[in-house]
Amino acid sequence: MSRTYTIKDNSVENRLFLNRIVVAFIVILLLSSGLIVRLIYLQIVGHEHYATLAKDNSIKIEPLVPTRGIIYDRNGKILAENTPSYSLELIPEQIKDIDDTLQRLKTLLAIPDEKIEQYQKLRKRQKRFVSTPLLMNMSDEELAKFAVVRPFFPGVDIHVNLVRHYPYYDLASHVVGYVSRINETELKSLPEAEYQGSKHIGKVGIEKSYEAELHGKTGYAEVETNAQSRAIHTVNAVDPDPGADLYLTLDIDLQKTAYDALDIYNGAVVAIEIKTGGVLVFASRPGFDPNPFVVGISNDAYQTLQTSEDQPLYNRALRGLYPPGSTLKPFIGLAGIEYNAIGSQNRLFCPGFYQLPGVSHRYRDWKKTGHGTVNLTQAITESCDVYFYTLASMLGIDNMHRFLQQFGFGEKTGIDLVGEKAGLLPSREWKRNQRNQAWYPGETLITGIGQGFTQVTPLQLARATATLANHGKVVTPYLVNKIVRANATTHGPQVPQEALPLNPANIDKIIDAMVNVVHGDRGTAKVIKNNITYQIGGKTGTAQVFNIKQDAKYNENEIDFKLRDHALFIAFAPADDPQIAVAVIAENGGHGGSVAAPIAGKVIKQYLAGRHEN
Amino acid sequence: MKTETRREQFEPPSLIGSILRKLHIDIPLFIGLFLASLLSFVILYSAGSQDMGVLIRQGARVGLAFTLMTVLAHINPFQFKRYSAALFSIGILLLLAVLIMGEIGKGAQRWLDLGFFRFQPSEMIKITTPMMIAWYLAEHPLPPRWKELFIAGILILVPTLLIAKQPDLGTALLVASSGAGVLFFAGLSWRFIASIAAILAALAPVLWHFLHDYQRARVLTFLNPEADPMGRGYHIIQSKIAIGSGGIYGKGWLGSTQSELDFLPESSTDFIFAVFAEEFGLFGCLGLLILYLLIIARSLYIASQAQDTYSRLLAGSLAFTFFVYVFVNIGMVIGVLPVVGVPLPLISYGGTSIVTLLSGFGILMSIHTHKKFIPH
Repeated sequence: MSRTYTIKDNSVENRLFLNRIVVAFIVILLLSSGLIVRLIYLQIVGHEHYATLAKDNSIKIEPLVPTRGIIYDRNGKILAENTPSYSLELIPEQIKDIDDTLQRLKTLLAIPDEKIEQYQKLRKRQKRFVSTPLLMNMSDEELAKFAVVRPFFPGVDIHVNLVRHYPYYDLASHVVGYVSRINETELKSLPEAEYQGSKHIGKVGIEKSYEAELHGKTGYAEVETNAQSRAIHTVNAVDPDPGADLYLTLDIDLQKTAYDALDIYNGAVVAIEIKTGGVLVFASRPGFDPNPFVVGISNDAYQTLQTSEDQPLYNRALRGLYPPGSTLKPFIGLAGIEYNAIGSQNRLFCPGFYQLPGVSHRYRDWKKTGHGTVNLTQAITESCDVYFYTLASMLGIDNMHRFLQQFGFGEKTGIDLVGEKAGLLPSREWKRNQRNQAWYPGETLITGIGQGFTQVTPLQLARATATLANHGKVVTPYLVNKIVRANATTHGPQVPQEALPLNPANIDKIIDAMVNVVHGDRGTAKVIKNNITYQIGGKTGTAQVFNIKQDAKYNENEIDFKLRDHALFIAFAPADDPQIAVAVIAENGGHGGSVAAPIAGKVIKQYLAGRHEN
Repeated sequence: MKTETRREQFEPPSLIGSILRKLHIDIPLFIGLFLASLLSFVILYSAGSQDMGVLIRQGARVGLAFTLMTVLAHINPFQFKRYSAALFSIGILLLLAVLIMGEIGKGAQRWLDLGFFRFQPSEMIKITTPMMIAWYLAEHPLPPRWKELFIAGILILVPTLLIAKQPDLGTALLVASSGAGVLFFAGLSWRFIASIAAILAALAPVLWHFLHDYQRARVLTFLNPEADPMGRGYHIIQSKIAIGSGGIYGKGWLGSTQSELDFLPESSTDFIFAVFAEEFGLFGCLGLLILYLLIIARSLYIASQAQDTYSRLLAGSLAFTFFVYVFVNIGMVIGVLPVVGVPLPLISYGGTSIVTLLSGFGILMSIHTHKKFIPH
């Protein structure tokens, strides 16, 4: 149509419109004919076929739920299993007088009224031939009592269900996690067909991270039903694929040692097998009993867990953020000699404090009288703060940031657990973006002794220690070693260890200094050097919980327990061929040397003793 | 208005007829809609497992819908035209409100809770979008030129995307087609229609990328329902069985075994056609289709008789959208279109759609009964 006109031309528009009406109606008729053709195909051509199907549509498809995979530790000890749980179920249509039966059961098993009421409600919603539970999780006593009189209760029977059970209770609750009822939000995002029969889903820990593997593949049975949709017999079934069993790198006995050793302290212990990255210990204290979550934890119990000051639900090893304190010094020291900021034999005088030029503020050493003249080894051994203030100021924040990043500080380790925290490795850029402030020289100093903005997770600390002990070959931690399916075994996410561009001689110097921390006369962790045939390298640390004023004196005995410093310790052993790296954080433990180091010592000794036996 | 009353005097005086004319009701259209609603009760009684509660609730909605239709039929179409832009803007704002509330509430939301009832802005948009486009195009010479096409395209795209984001693919589709309907009746060139179709075909993979997982699953299921008999394919397989087993004559009213045995999900709502087809067979289906076609034919006739551009475009689009409803729903139930949540118009159980539909027909009646006599 030509477009020469610009003013409205009613007769042209009129014709155009009528034309379109006719076309529209023709299109509508054509499309409707399409529908009719399809209907003819379904209702005449396909009628016989579909009529048969409809008659057989007494065939109902029922999901067959796969058994959830079992979780083992590295030695095959069961961390999560499926145990039978017994429930008392009634089939109403097989019971002549249901009220009488309920009354008799009530007296026999001392069933509370509310359970009877609950059952009555449930029963009304179900078809009469469906077995509905009255009692769940029956005790042995209840089972025995009913078993004796069972013949007098037609239509009442005991049913067995598999229920997830965690035999180690609070010991590995954070790392193994738990399953619980699928909630509505989860239901929406889940593959509908896969979860048709499943009631539970992994909520945290390995149970969540490996949900797809543990769950398995749902099968289905085509069940023939009669007109009331009562199942008559199974026509055809596709069996479910059971969930895969998982073998973790975790050593539950070692975990127990670590967990028990934390004793009165809240905190975390992480131990990593250096050569592989396999996590041996992943303990967070306090733990919690995951078993009530499976059957449905009561609101009160959940509230108690949620509001407890000790935060038992919180996975400290994975998500706890702590200042690394002096445990950062070996890494800063290595940066110093790697970047040639200082020679390893250069000596500095420590008067007990450090002052920036032209500033009156004194950055104090933990030892008021000072350490005298120290070199790098002595500075690490005795944890001299002034040496590291000086070194930090020579390195500058940019170098420290760049160097520490290589050891994985400030980023997730990539462990196969959901919910990991990245921690914080401060930099000029970070401060500008997050706080809109410039970086101050004083902040460089305190970063050098692991205070200030820096925050690490126990897992990051263990990983960095492992990487250092591994002579700069980056260790990536993982938990699942083997995924065992019916027909195949796959291995967990082992990552090849990539080497950092570091001078081996420099690393040896740091390792020697760390050995001195444990074995030297003036070492801050010498308490753990006894009764071993090999050497342990370590570094103590103390993380301030609150700031003391410039002139105030920190007196441990005078302050509230909750405000005491956190005790930290990182270690590896044997020093000549490192196998295990450990990081310990004991909240409010006060001293790294006296509280945290013995915990790491116990873990290392037990692990290496076990290896020597083999 | 005077000419109109004079014209009425020439019509044969029949009591009901004159009452309906006073009410501005179009009799043929009214009869068609009334029959469809009656049929709705008949089928719902069977599909809803003979639950009187379902019928009572549906009855209340149908009553409300017919009342609203009558009220709208009373309003002069000039008023619709006058407030088109305002109503459209309010609708868009409400859509945004729903979207923002959904974001805050961390979940999909389609309605605003006004305390005493829940209101779905997307339903209102189904009518205000064609009103807006018709209003805009009526101001310009037709067929529309590039600039008008571009603006009209944006006006259609905004509500469509907002609704698709809820996510409600079915309603988004209906809104888009109501806008597209206006453009079509405005004389959009065939070449343009062809190129749009080509572009859409080329964009399909990109669109696929933006679909939600469940929406993709629906499309995949449509292509091969038997692949997933436990999950998404179940609806379509069961619905085909129900329809096919109905045969030519059907199993008779209340004779549906598939919905009775709970094999057929959503048998009262989106899949009600399957129950109807099973009980009334091919003849019943043809009858229902013819009823729908008669309603559409009458609506298109009303459009063709409309006297101003705005009324024509709006009436044509409303008729066309009604057909899209029918086609998409039946197409989905008989397995030739993917499953999108579009109810069978006037028949399916569920409140909002019937109210919106009859509001549309109220506007059609208003257009038809408020004509001025224009001498040529």
